[in-house]
Amino acid sequence: MTLTPLTQNIHPDRGPTGIVEYEGNGGYLAVRDTLANLNPSEVLELIKEANLRGRGGAGFPTGMKWSFVPPDNHSGHRYLVANADEMEPGTFKDRLILEFDPHQLIEGMILSAYTISANIGYIFIRAEYHTAIRRLRQAIDEAKARHYLGTRILGSEFSFELHVHVSAGRYICGEETALLNSLEGKRATPRAKPPFPQVSGLWGRPTIVNNVETLCNIPHIVARGADWFKSLGKGVDAGTKLFGASGRVKHPGCWELPMGTSIREILEQHAGGMQDGYQFKGLLPGGASTDFLVSEHLDVAMEYESIMKAGSRMGTGTMIILDDRTCPVGMIANLEKFFARESCGFCTPCREGLPWVQQLLEGIEAGRGSVQDIEILERQSRFIGAIGNTHCAHAPGAIEPLVSGLKYFRDDFDAHIRNQRCHFKSGDA
Amino acid sequence: MKLNQNIPSPLSEAEISDIEAEISHLPDRKSAAIDALKIVQSYRGWISDASLGAIANLLQMSNEELDGIATFYNLIYRRPVGEKVILLCDSVTCWIMDGDKICQKIKSHLNVEQGETTADNKFTLLPVTCLGDCDHAPVMMVGDELHHDLTTTRVEEIFR
Ligand SMILES: Cc1cc2nc3c(=O)[nH]c(=O)nc-3n(C[C@H](O)[C@H](O)[C@H](O)COP(=O)(O)O)c2cc1C
Ligand code: SF4
Ligand code: FES
Repeated sequence: MTLTPLTQNIHPDRGPTGIVEYEGNGGYLAVRDTLANLNPSEVLELIKEANLRGRGGAGFPTGMKWSFVPPDNHSGHRYLVANADEMEPGTFKDRLILEFDPHQLIEGMILSAYTISANIGYIFIRAEYHTAIRRLRQAIDEAKARHYLGTRILGSEFSFELHVHVSAGRYICGEETALLNSLEGKRATPRAKPPFPQVSGLWGRPTIVNNVETLCNIPHIVARGADWFKSLGKGVDAGTKLFGASGRVKHPGCWELPMGTSIREILEQHAGGMQDGYQFKGLLPGGASTDFLVSEHLDVAMEYESIMKAGSRMGTGTMIILDDRTCPVGMIANLEKFFARESCGFCTPCREGLPWVQQLLEGIEAGRGSVQDIEILERQSRFIGAIGNTHCAHAPGAIEPLVSGLKYFRDDFDAHIRNQRCHFKSGDA
Repeated sequence: MKLNQNIPSPLSEAEISDIEAEISHLPDRKSAAIDALKIVQSYRGWISDASLGAIANLLQMSNEELDGIATFYNLIYRRPVGEKVILLCDSVTCWIMDGDKICQKIKSHLNVEQGETTADNKFTLLPVTCLGDCDHAPVMMVGDELHHDLTTTRVEEIFR
């Protein structure tokens, strides 16, 4: 049995997998089987049992998230949204599925919608993913023609319509409640929780938002069972994960590997180690909003609890590698410029604090830093990063690479301030 | 529905029918705000004050509310742009992979700064968040086309 269910139909050299090939490989069998033989609560139990956790960044258990949706009292629409916004810097995993196996997402959405009794689905996708948008629309047409989508699907009682919603930009749209506001045609400002989207989401109706990769796991769990899914992981976490590496490694890329694969294996075996002339200095394990890890963490397993214990987060599972010839201060300044620009502006610590942090970092990098700047950075980090000081997780996420960077690369910060210049710029690194 | 007949609509019939088609599967007219802005932009390249007013009128909302939405999103253009927009990734992996050099090269080759349009009106240069192609950094989009593994020589070829 395949050990790489998510990528079994992905062959970038051959283009996208169409519906004929997808069905030929067992695709949509889970939908046929489920609609004929399982009721929604049985599917929900299966997903809970499989221990699937969200692949969008926070790692929330999917079955538990779905169980908060109130029972269907047939009083109006219920929604399922696939989060295909993928704008976390350093993340390039969902695009792979969207471009090369769109039916996998559609099948995952049909099954998930059935489980939570949703009758309308949206794929919220960033506008720059032109190829993915085109292929998704074509795949939806194919699925409609085969009656996997529409009214009374395959003769069952279940109806589900699916739309592609193309975004108009801004990273904050990926935050699930901001995404809902954007789908409603508003500014993408995050919403206060509670009420949670499960109860009052899109246009006030019960709504589930899941990441693309999360949803793509559903058909495989339904087809092969929870035990099989759990056996895919190496350690405590179930299933596989799309891991990636970018930066100065020999073979940057994205690979489907067992949950619990070590950072070292991903870096050395799959990414081929560092490019000649470059040494490993640190990494962000799961995108821009995760804490730096360094050499001593290379044997940490990429699974939720282990990375947490090491002081960081799984995030999106796509690593950004820092090498010894790239300035950590410059890298963190780049990250904070991004976070400052993408703040939605709703709360003060985020709106005012992040540009200040950005300015200080750019000043230090440019050779204008003072010892006092480090103190301000540390104090600001506490204001901005504390959970509860801001309305959403953007600001705490923004602070993770800064706090951990100050901890691990303090020598580099101090040298910038002492010498009033960046020691990476003149080749004397 | 009642439109304010005193405001002459600069929107074309095609634009109006595209927008009405979006509204038809939404719970209210305002919910189509972003779609409507994108539709008009797809015909005209950008959203002028006159377009904004006409869309607001069609959606029965105030100009101010619609402008608040339009200016929130970085891919809605409230100023004229060139025939093609260059979206150059300025996120972290592209930065590590010498994206700044690519940016300098584009600026000097096309003689523009970030946010500006070339004298021949062909290109507008804008920064964009990670394009999800970091294993091929540095990356940019020109119009709908993705260009990756950029070098200064590639930049010259692309904009020859
Ligand atoms: C600022 C911010 C940006 C986010 N961007 C994304 C994104 O692009 N894609 C995504 O799937 N989740 C993103 N998330 C996480 C979502 O809020 C949400 O947790 C996720 O879509 C839930 O899906 P999951 O349970 O399947 O992981 C973002 C969160 C924050 C705070
Ligand atoms: S933390 Fe930042 S992005 Fe989130 S709501 Fe507040 S201002 Fe907006
Ligand atoms: S950082 Fe530039 S494409 Fe991801």
